[in-house]
This record gives sequence, structure tokens and C-alpha cells, in this order.
Amino acid sequence: MEIIMSVLAGILFTAGVYMILQKQILKIIIGTALLSHGAHLFIITMGKLNRGKPPILSEGVTSYADPLPQALILTSIVISFGVTSFLLVLAYRTYQTNGTDNMEKLRGNDHE
Amino acid sequence: MSNLAILPILLPLLTGIILVFLNKRLPLVRLITRIMVLVNLAVVSIIAFNVIQNGTIVLKAGDWTVPYGIVLVADPLAMLLVVTANIISVACAFYAFKSLDEQRERYYFYPLFQLLIAGVSGAFLTGDLFNLFVFFEVLLIASYGLIVLGGTKEQFRESFKYIIINLFSSMLFVTTVSFLYAVVGTVNMAQLAERVGEVQQDGVLTTIAILLLIVFATKGALFPLYFWLPKSYTVPPTVISALFGALLTKVGVYSILRVFSLIFVYNLSVTHQVLLIMAGFTLVFGVIGALSTNNVQLIIAYNIIPAVGYMILGIGVFSATALAGTVYYLLHDMIIKAALFFLVGAMVAYAGTSDLRKMGGIIKNQPLLGWLFFIGALALAGLPPFSGFIGKLLILRGAFEEGHYVLGVIGLVTSLLILLSVIRIFINGFWGEPKSEYVQNENSIKGKILPAAFLLVFTVFLGLGAEFIYPTVQTIADQMIDPANYIDSVMKE
Repeated sequence: MEIIMSVLAGILFTAGVYMILQKQILKIIIGTALLSHGAHLFIITMGKLNRGKPPILSEGVTSYADPLPQALILTSIVISFGVTSFLLVLAYRTYQTNGTDNMEKLRGNDHE
Repeated sequence: MSNLAILPILLPLLTGIILVFLNKRLPLVRLITRIMVLVNLAVVSIIAFNVIQNGTIVLKAGDWTVPYGIVLVADPLAMLLVVTANIISVACAFYAFKSLDEQRERYYFYPLFQLLIAGVSGAFLTGDLFNLFVFFEVLLIASYGLIVLGGTKEQFRESFKYIIINLFSSMLFVTTVSFLYAVVGTVNMAQLAERVGEVQQDGVLTTIAILLLIVFATKGALFPLYFWLPKSYTVPPTVISALFGALLTKVGVYSILRVFSLIFVYNLSVTHQVLLIMAGFTLVFGVIGALSTNNVQLIIAYNIIPAVGYMILGIGVFSATALAGTVYYLLHDMIIKAALFFLVGAMVAYAGTSDLRKMGGIIKNQPLLGWLFFIGALALAGLPPFSGFIGKLLILRGAFEEGHYVLGVIGLVTSLLILLSVIRIFINGFWGEPKSEYVQNENSIKGKILPAAFLLVFTVFLGLGAEFIYPTVQTIADQMIDPANYIDSVMKE
């Protein structure tokens, strides 16, 4: 199971990196979203995937789910949710102000 | 007693939240900000004094025992940096009243500014690697808000790149932390240090160390990952550039300093060798960038990069002398970068342009601004008796002592070139014939000199009063060489 999840995360990373390298702003944002999904999958996989076990550490219990990655992934999801929504608004305003959503046209130093 | 450790985070956080609700009443917001930055500086100074006198304060959140809960570790290094960050926050708060237009002040500058300070203090104080990521995000999200504040064309253009690169490195950070958790089963820094020491640092852990280095190098603007910095730091208004230049990259440097002096110190021939190589290139390319442009703000922004190079050089050399130099240089650089951004901002406001070729003779009408800039320039280049000298001396002495002659020479030459890059501003901008259009800008630098002078006082104090600060810095460096000190102070009951 861990292997499949790792491969899946790897695919998400690949797709995310490919999308980040695109020129259109919206595609880049989709890329960052895919990347963060990949990272989250990684976190949950790294704590070992035990199904149907309680996340409790007490005397004598030998099989349990690790609660820490679940706490970490929650924090991380919330952060990436917030940043992604901010990015969408920023992309819209960038398009409005600069009149383009093509990264090729968003370079240069003509503000001097 | 141990609850003191959370105050440097809590005070600006609460202030920021309160300011959001009072946003409509600008005079009140300004007053509260002014009072709270001073209160905060006083509080953190007391805590820092306490920590240096009586030893590290460790706060276990919710009273969970150490490896399970989140800890905040107020050790002397973290507290010195928090105090410096708060000195800059005071200067920025007072500079903001005079330099920002009302539009930007209304659109939540002060709350974002306070949240940024909370994030920076948190990143310095945390004793938990995942928590470091969280505080990184807190300060980055505040900085995203600040960098687009005002919404001009250039700001949108540059900030999008800034945000994407930071988002990418944050995701890499999370992934790396989860790798590390899978290998050693903890995210608490003290326990990480202990366990990495027990298993020795094999191939997997060294790979993770390099991944972490890439993350922090992106945040701290090291070669080859500094390309996003110069432009995105010059598009926002001066006070925001100063905040970014003084604080954000330094958090990255601090993280490298912490992680590579505490956790990954068992395979120096790989990790610290990489640090040394990166430091050398960072020094050279940063200063070439500073010499390549005629935009005064860009010159100062490029000068952030070689400064980071010096600090990383000190960490790479990894001797007590060099580490003391790095810590001293870190304190110095935070203050001098903010001061120089202020002075250059005043200069641009006065001259009405940031192009060096269109300036000249400012010193005739504004002697105080001119001479303050001169002091700042000398301090930046590391000439005695100012603060840059001592840090640079210690770092380079460490490098020569450990036999890194090439890097030592690169450091010395870079130092000269830095002097050239800033003295160019002084010669072309302040000397020569004054331009007539300056008269109408007479009022534009009112109140901008004082915050810069306030910071330069600290620069002079760090240089001339080194006897007061240096013993503390040396003690910090001596303790950093042996991770057991940190581990013991956190893990003890």
C-alpha cells in the first residue's frame, strides 16, 4: 500500500512540476495545487498506513496508527488551501492590471 | 516563568488581530502600533536579558512532555535575533507613518506588519521542525499581503514569481520533514539531533540534509537560488523592502545555522562542503549584481546576497570563531540592511528617481542624509569601527584558521567590491552639482532620517561597544559547536 501511495505522490509531483513550468498563470496555480496534494500524500504515507487501528499509545498495545502525521497533514492542508485561494485572487488581479495571463509577457524591468 | 517564551509571538499577533478590527480609524491604529512596537521591544529585551543571565527558557505547549508536544526554545541565540527583529520593527513602524500613502495604510499595512513580526519571532523561537514550517508560512503569508499592497503593475508582476517560488520551496519543506519523520520518527529538533547522532548520518539522512538546505537556501537567497530576490524586493514601497531585506532572508539563514549546527553535523565533508561552495558563489555573484545596475534600490537589494554569503561561509567553516562571526554578522546585517533601505528610500523620494545617473549633489541640501548614508556604506562594507567589521573579521579569521584560503581571499575581495558598489551611490548621488528639481521635494524626506539614524546608532554600538555583546556571542558559538548543550536544555524535565 505504501508503495502505491508513494508512486501516486510521485505522479502528482511530476504533473505538478510540469504544470508549474507552463506559461499560463491558471495552469501554474493548478500545478501548485497538485504539488501540495503530492506533499500531503507523502506525509500520510510516511507515518505507515495502518487501517482500523486506534491512534493511541498505551501500555501493552502493539498495533496502532501514528497520530502525528495526521496532525501535520491537517495543518498543511489548511495552509495550502489558504495560499491557493490567495493565489487565485492574485492571478485575477494580475490579469486585470497587466492585461495578460502569460508569464512570458510578465517579465522585464520597465518600471524604472 | 517558562510562559515568557511565547510573549514575543503573542504580543504582535494580538496587536495585529486588534488592528484588523480598528482598521477604519487610522489615527488610532497608528497610535496603537507605535505603542505596541515599543512595548514589545521592552518585553523581549527583558526576556533576552533574563535568558542570557539565567539560561534557556523552554515552553512546553499544553505541558506535554518534550518529544510529544510542541516546544518553544528561547535560547540566547534566538532571543538576540528576536530583539534585533524588534528593533527593526520599531524603526519600520515609525518610518511607515511618514513614507506610506494613506491608501496603503488603510489597506491593512499595520496588521500584516505585526503578523510578519509574529511569524519571524516564532521561526526564531520554535524548537520543532514542523512548527518552523508553520511559522515560515505565517511570515510568508503576511509577506504575500505586503508585497502586493498598493497593487501597481510591477508589484503584481514580481510578486507572482515571489509567491510561486516560496510556495514551491514550502512544499519541498513539508515533503522533506515527512521524509525525516519516516527515517528518525520525530520532528522535535532536540530529539532529531539526538537520534541523528545515535544512528550517525548515513546516506539517507545526508540526502535529507541537502533537501533541507535547498529549501532554506531558496528562502535565504543563496546561489543558485537567489534569482527571485532583487526585483521582488524593490517593487514594494521602501518600508516593506526594508522589512523584507532585514528579516525574511535572515530567517532562512537562521534556519540553516540551526539545522546545520545542531542536527546534521556528522557528515561535514559533504554538507558543510556544499555550504562552503555555495557561499563562495553567493559572494561573487551577489556583488557582481550589485555592481551591474544604476538603480540605487536594486544596488542595496543585491547587497543582501553577498551578506548571506558571508554568514553561510561562517557556518560552512564550522569552528567556534567562524560561528561567532556568523551570529555577529547576522545581528549587524539585519540592522544595516533596514537602515540602508530607509536612507536610499529617502534619497529616491528626494531626487524623484531611482536612477543613479539622474542624481547628483544631494549632500549640498541634505548633509545629514548624506553623512548618514556614508556611515551606513562603511558599516556595510565592514570597515572599522562599525559593526560589520567584527563579524567579517571573525568569519574570515575562522576561514583562514581552518585552511580555506581561497574562500578567505574571495571574502576579502568581495568586501572591497561591496564598498565600491555603495560608495558609487555616494559619489554619483551625493557629490557633484545639485539638480534644480529637488526643491519641490524638500518635504519628502521629513521624518525619514530619524528611524535610519536610530538604526545606525545600533550599528555604531555593535561596532564600538563590541565588548558588551561579543562575550555573549562567543558563548553562543561555543555552545553551538556541541549540540549536547541544546539537547540537554530542551530534554531535561
